[in-house]
Amino acid sequence: MHRGKGMKFVGDSRIKANNRMVNMPKDYSEYPGKTEAFWPDFLLKEWMVGAVFLIGYLLLTVAHPSPLEGPADPTNASYIPLPDWYFLFLYQLLKYTYASGPYNVIGAIIVPGIAIGALLLVPFLDKGPERRPSKRPLPTAFMLLALASMIYLTWESVVNHDWEAAKAQGEITDEHLGLVPEVELDKEAEGYLIYSGEQGKSCIACHGTEMEGGGAAPRLLGNELTAEEVAEVIKNGRGAMPSGQFAGTDEELQVLAEFIASLKPEE
Amino acid sequence: MLNKIYDWVDERLDITPIWRDIADHEVPEHVNPAHHFSAFVYCFGGLTFFVTVIQILSGMFLTMYYVPDVENAWKSVYYLQNEVAFGEIVRGMHHWGASLVIVMMFLHTLRVFFTGSYKKPRELNWIVGVLIFCVMLGLGFTGYLLPWDMKALFATKVGIEIAASVPFIGELIKILLAGDATIIGAQTLTRFFAIHVFFLPAALFALLAAHFIMIRRQGISGPL
Repeated sequence: MHRGKGMKFVGDSRIKANNRMVNMPKDYSEYPGKTEAFWPDFLLKEWMVGAVFLIGYLLLTVAHPSPLEGPADPTNASYIPLPDWYFLFLYQLLKYTYASGPYNVIGAIIVPGIAIGALLLVPFLDKGPERRPSKRPLPTAFMLLALASMIYLTWESVVNHDWEAAKAQGEITDEHLGLVPEVELDKEAEGYLIYSGEQGKSCIACHGTEMEGGGAAPRLLGNELTAEEVAEVIKNGRGAMPSGQFAGTDEELQVLAEFIASLKPEE
Repeated sequence: MLNKIYDWVDERLDITPIWRDIADHEVPEHVNPAHHFSAFVYCFGGLTFFVTVIQILSGMFLTMYYVPDVENAWKSVYYLQNEVAFGEIVRGMHHWGASLVIVMMFLHTLRVFFTGSYKKPRELNWIVGVLIFCVMLGLGFTGYLLPWDMKALFATKVGIEIAASVPFIGELIKILLAGDATIIGAQTLTRFFAIHVFFLPAALFALLAAHFIMIRRQGISGPL
């Protein structure tokens, strides 16, 4: 029995040099050239390539934090779904007439199935000894065709997607973060009628009908001010809020200030 | 000291041949970018493995905070992203690594294809490589659901609908993945978590081992 001793192998492989298959490509050891020890010389160079790659990778990570939308809500029927970018070409394929609806099986199963199957069986479909792409035109042509169609489909998917609408959906709201205070808003209260009435036109315009705030205007529900402080802010303004916006009388202002100050969650 | 430990182990286990199999071999000129710059195309496989290792490590750290449950999954990811020290970096690396691994693996596949390296005697290694490709796509698909945000849920809905359209066994695949015939919810999330963290990585490790053992057996294919 051979125990490896005295046996000839092809290059650094474990393929025996004798009774070699005629079909097998020539080994590099049959070409003049400078080989290099894997350990440690070549591995060091690989590590340098890896380090450069890692820098780019980390820059990408730091420059673009990974996205996170609001928590999944299955009841939202208007959400436009989008898979990760490397599935976009399949997603696009399923939009064409003969790959969707009654022909769904073609787009979802047959086309991808043929592609994966052909890829898996490439060594048995292309059995010739030639390795240069130019010497095996059919495999090269099919692969280039597949590449071109994947790029085209991905491109089509990207230009047809409504990115504006997609950006606006799935936002994380204060509600998701548990920041909405549990305060009941009594819309029949005198204060609210002033807030929503003619005098409070500019109040409701920024702070909203639910007093939920928006843009630069803070949420009024669950504020931490006293009635005096609220009246002060309404009269003189604060931060982005301009002064003198309230059009009612001083009595109405007092009622409104007390109403807003009362919008606190129960302890 | 180290030598003594090595000798002690070597005397009992004869580890030198293992070391020789892993590291002690010559690298041919035609794959060495130091000699031919165009040989950088031979780096793609190694870089794929590099990103895979980063994915495994960052994924291990992510599971220290992630909770695979509909109530808490999103909250745990939000907390990880915004409160945990370097959480944003670790999640960012896992997020971008998922894309990079696909890119590098695709380039590696093209390199092997266009250099005809899948030909005899390397057919089996090509098949194992294509299987690794499928496992990676599966990891990408299942991992996309785990943050349990809007885009995750709706992309998974579409994906499961596609799986359900397979003739004859589509419905079974759907129930296997989603855990229910109609609902995509709590069951789906825990199943995808299990698939993403246990089943597919186990398959990936086995396939990677086979891939590397075959490379060492056969050596790198010769120059064109």
